[in-house]
Amino acid sequence: MTNKRGIVLYLHAHQPYRVRKYSVFDSAVNHDYFDDPDYYSERNNEQVFRKVADKSYRPMNALLEKLIATHPEFKVSLSITGVFLEQAEKWAPDVIESYKRLVATGRVEIVAETYYHTLAFFYSMVEFEHQVEAHRNKIRELFGVETKVFRNTELSYNDSMAKWADKYGFKGILAEGWDPILEWRSPNYLYRPTGTDNIALLLKNYRLSDDVAFRFGDKNWPDWPLNADTYCEWVNAAITDKEIVNLFMDYETFGEHQWEDTGIFNFYEAFVGKWLENPANTYYTVSEAIDAFEPVGEISMPYTVTWADTERDLTAWLGNSMQQEALRYIYAMEDDILRTNDLELIGDWRKLQTSDHVYYMCTKWFNDGDVHAYFSPYESPYDAFLYFINVVRDLRWRLHAYHHTGGLNG
Amino acid sequence: MLGWELPPYNTGGLGVACYHMSKALAIQGANIDFVVPYSAIHPGSEFMNVHCATGLLPYERFELGAYDHPILHSDPLSEADTNDLRDMHSVQDRYVKYVEKLVRITKPDIIHAHDWLTIRAGMRAKEITDSPLIVHVHATEFDRSGSISGNPLIHEIEYEGLTMADRIVAVSQITKDLIVQKYNIPADKIEVIHNSIDLDSFNDGHEYDKRTYKYLEAMKQEGYTVVLCLGRLTIQKGLSHLIRAISKASEKYDKILLLIIGEGDQRNDLIEFAADLGISDKIFFAGGFFGGKQKRDAYAGSDIFVLSSVSEPFGLTALEAAHYGNALIITKQSGVGEVLNSVFKYDFWDIDLLADQLIGIATSSALRNSLQQNVQYEYSRISWHDVAAKCLKMYNLQIGAGS
Repeated sequence: MTNKRGIVLYLHAHQPYRVRKYSVFDSAVNHDYFDDPDYYSERNNEQVFRKVADKSYRPMNALLEKLIATHPEFKVSLSITGVFLEQAEKWAPDVIESYKRLVATGRVEIVAETYYHTLAFFYSMVEFEHQVEAHRNKIRELFGVETKVFRNTELSYNDSMAKWADKYGFKGILAEGWDPILEWRSPNYLYRPTGTDNIALLLKNYRLSDDVAFRFGDKNWPDWPLNADTYCEWVNAAITDKEIVNLFMDYETFGEHQWEDTGIFNFYEAFVGKWLENPANTYYTVSEAIDAFEPVGEISMPYTVTWADTERDLTAWLGNSMQQEALRYIYAMEDDILRTNDLELIGDWRKLQTSDHVYYMCTKWFNDGDVHAYFSPYESPYDAFLYFINVVRDLRWRLHAYHHTGGLNG
Repeated sequence: MLGWELPPYNTGGLGVACYHMSKALAIQGANIDFVVPYSAIHPGSEFMNVHCATGLLPYERFELGAYDHPILHSDPLSEADTNDLRDMHSVQDRYVKYVEKLVRITKPDIIHAHDWLTIRAGMRAKEITDSPLIVHVHATEFDRSGSISGNPLIHEIEYEGLTMADRIVAVSQITKDLIVQKYNIPADKIEVIHNSIDLDSFNDGHEYDKRTYKYLEAMKQEGYTVVLCLGRLTIQKGLSHLIRAISKASEKYDKILLLIIGEGDQRNDLIEFAADLGISDKIFFAGGFFGGKQKRDAYAGSDIFVLSSVSEPFGLTALEAAHYGNALIITKQSGVGEVLNSVFKYDFWDIDLLADQLIGIATSSALRNSLQQNVQYEYSRISWHDVAAKCLKMYNLQIGAGS
């Protein structure tokens, strides 16, 4: 029998531990990097988490539960970072409970990634594998399921990552379906990464994904306001004679990036109904899509591709010297940090690897005057770097205290 | 165009701004009669007619600089003018009379008056010709007097001028807000047109001379970071906060030096203050001068430029410092911060944050280089031609409204 054509909906939930306005005069004195004393500041992690939980996590989880109850064929895949789950346990345990209910339906698959949402893959394989393992453990502990498909931070991907994931035993890996790589090929099939044996590659259909994730509420967009019928036509057109449409986006698209008053929740509910009206259509989780189809060809991405910006690269995280210096300092401490066996110190060090920290230091839009092109809880990329580097100094001081070696300016 | 000074006879940013704005306007087709209150030849101003309203020599007017408080003039003046030019008021009177005569001969399409010193002449010119009056505010008496309330007579002149003006130009949003708040002028009457900087004026073959500040150069070789601030040493410039921040930063990182260029009534207090804090060896008072090599070498030899003003309508020096490759730290109370993103900003009283920013730049080459390179890129895109284009658009609207 031939399999139905299907949408693979994948949502990514994450919240970093933002660094407070940490002064050089705090270095060697206070070690509370992530506790902004001003509850209403955009750096106060509790405040942000509670706000986004109200705007996005609670209503969207409720909608997902409703869709699962209403439509027997509706499925979704989620990746939820470890630092998200930690914060949810502290400040919104009911959100964890609703995720548990979702997973328990058997129609929600959890996707693997680094616990701390980091770029460790590009700096330290040992640390990277540790974080993947830590995430798998956390998912097992909370939801009682094994992860089978991997995605790396910011959907960053290259051939060597695919080889790693293949050897590690993942059956699938996610990446951006970027035109310069795909050329004449369509993202709406399964592929096999070059140099791998068993793993399948799922490629994001970025046009249809970004119609919802980025453009939905944009009143200057010629297609605004987008309704379920139109969007359903677009997906139908894309999938004709193909197998799958991979719609990958941030979980926070629903309610946070696109506020409720844009109609995003009603739109999505209507769309799911519309899509499943046609008995030829279905939804797959990432694993199910891999089981249902065979790769139609091989794809190679020797250089790292991400889902970010028009460049689809890592320049928003590693494009300037401040970002490079910040991460170089952090990863240079790896051995000394781990040798302390101080769980608090190690935990702080890992939280500082979260890619958001260096994203806040991005200057590529900032000096074009387009300061609103990205979100940051800091006044400028330079402030973000300043506070971060003061924290690095404190980490060094704590290391110094443990090992009684090394200087503070290294 | 009614101004108080033009380069090379300027005491501050007002003359520079008037010069470049006029030049860009002339290039875009404006015909300008520019009135100054002294007699001199202005090389490089041939694109407009410069009118000298009095026989005073420029240096005699320096004591009555655009940024100084009106004081009784006790120095000897040129023979011809000793009768009635002993104070600011007399110079203004003479200036007004000159302008009255001028506009009776040639009726201007637009009267563009810069700051309070020329406002009375602007109002008279409007009365006589009924041409639209633009009052361009580079600084108000509230800015000039710092935390003190200022001279009530000047407030009154400013108030009258702002009220009578057909249109007001403010050099920053900060200045616009101040005009609305303090003078109760409707916001929609005020247009913000930021000042700019002329890149060509820097291409004069000046090369950094390390000998000018030989000691500082030697200290830089030792790994010290040189912080520069440049301006009149008055309360408005917030220097005591900056000195306190240098002291605070020294507790953590002591390879920071502060070079202060400028003169003013706060100078002795500041020297004493630095001594009280025990950091006299870190602070260099290099005196003041009107432009030139010493100033450029100061910009070129420094690593960080701080604009520490308590209240700064714009702050042209920041753009100059950017040109010479400094990392900038600017108070949030400075208008120039509205046109630059690649800078650190702080509230003028927040010495902890300023100290933190100073140490951050001094100890991280990545941060220093990023700030220096990115602000250079930013400032180089600011142009007087955009300023002139905005002015011309405003002129045409005013002329259209009047006819």
